[in-house]
Amino acid sequence: MTKQISDKALIRVEGLCKNFGELNVLKNINQQIRLGEVVSIIGPSGSGKSTFLRCLNLLEKPDAGRIFFDNVEITDKKINIDQHRQKMGMVFQHFNVFPNLTVMQNITITPILERKTLKAEAEQKASELLERVGLLDKRDEYPRKLSGGQKQRLAIVRALAMDPEVILFDEPTSALDPEMVKDVLDVIKGLAESGMTIVIVTHEMGFAREVSDRVLFMDDGDIQEEGTPDQIFGNPQNPRTKEFLSKVL
Amino acid sequence: MIENIIKIWNQYYFVFLSGLWGTIWLAFITVFFGTILGTVVALMRLSKSKVVGAITTAYVEVLRGTPILLQLYFFWLLLPKALPFDVSDTACIIMALIINSSSYVAEVIRAGIQAVDRGQTEAAKSLGMSDAHMMRHIILPQAVKNILPALGNEFVVMVKETSLASVFFVGELMTAYKTVQSTTFLAIPSLTIVGVIYFIVTFILSKGIKLMERRMKASD
Repeated sequence: MTKQISDKALIRVEGLCKNFGELNVLKNINQQIRLGEVVSIIGPSGSGKSTFLRCLNLLEKPDAGRIFFDNVEITDKKINIDQHRQKMGMVFQHFNVFPNLTVMQNITITPILERKTLKAEAEQKASELLERVGLLDKRDEYPRKLSGGQKQRLAIVRALAMDPEVILFDEPTSALDPEMVKDVLDVIKGLAESGMTIVIVTHEMGFAREVSDRVLFMDDGDIQEEGTPDQIFGNPQNPRTKEFLSKVL
Repeated sequence: MIENIIKIWNQYYFVFLSGLWGTIWLAFITVFFGTILGTVVALMRLSKSKVVGAITTAYVEVLRGTPILLQLYFFWLLLPKALPFDVSDTACIIMALIINSSSYVAEVIRAGIQAVDRGQTEAAKSLGMSDAHMMRHIILPQAVKNILPALGNEFVVMVKETSLASVFFVGELMTAYKTVQSTTFLAIPSLTIVGVIYFIVTFILSKGIKLMERRMKASD
């Protein structure tokens, strides 16, 4: 696989700290995500993986530190975060598709409202994306008629419709029945191969090893070890990484 | 007794029916405008501004923490003095009822909005939707399902609460009782008639709301 990863840092995190009350969930994290890179975040539950991911688009407000996206400091209070979030897609564990809207409306509502895209144009694009994930025949259904795997593919398409520069996946397959996991992982893999920048929190170790350019092992609110999938899974250095992998592999 | 009830009904049924019309009309106007005002109050109460939040919280708490009869007197006395134009007693009472109702409706709407799954807000925000668009297109349409049955109950409550307007002789069912009672001097029979009418109306309304609730659950 020959893939271009640019030297350009798409997301840069400096000294990120996050507390929930007395609990230090993230302890001074410094990290960057380069354009075109696929980064998996693994680690035990409660290690701060999801919080870290959710800080990247400020769904969680950091208590300290700065986050840059496209060289713009999005932790700056003066910027309009909505505009920057449009370029950072996010896919959630529990899908969070809009139940009051049809599949088509789920995808087109944000481009139409926030980008002033013409309805016909937005629907054209949504149809193409739905076709790619095998959901075109569901375009006029409401989400309650979809299976979990279909809802998650819809959520991915909804994020893609905004032409994001990066997509953040927060345990996208954890709430799925086992037989649906593969469909969703295949879609994510397709995105990774097409050059999309991806940050994914996952418990699917095989998947992380297969698609990632880089793996971050988090524990205790910090990134304990990082490296290529072969380094992390094949020859981990940190004892905590070793212990974690011995339990999950 | 039964004879008297029948006699009074036959002679004065139009007074009672026009009173009933007045009650339904009052309750409807009150809940309709109370809902509009209550929505504004609820959205303000959920706003990020601490000052706006504190003011609306005080508004809701004061209106819910004082008797409605006191509020009716208050507006009945205050509005004619405070407003530069003439206001009728009926107008004062309607305003007071609307403001009172708005505080209860605001709580109903706030609870309905907060009952919408947090993930919906997060998804909308992650797409970069503005707060206003998110409220209008994602949150409120889902909150309506939680809100509508409670609003129906508020209407039932208002059908009964508007009886207080009779203190100020505003035309409604309880005022009809006063009218009939003062011409016939037969208090208990006319009171019984009015009570039966109130009960029939609220009973039908409550059953209707239950039915609506069940329908909405089925569509989930």
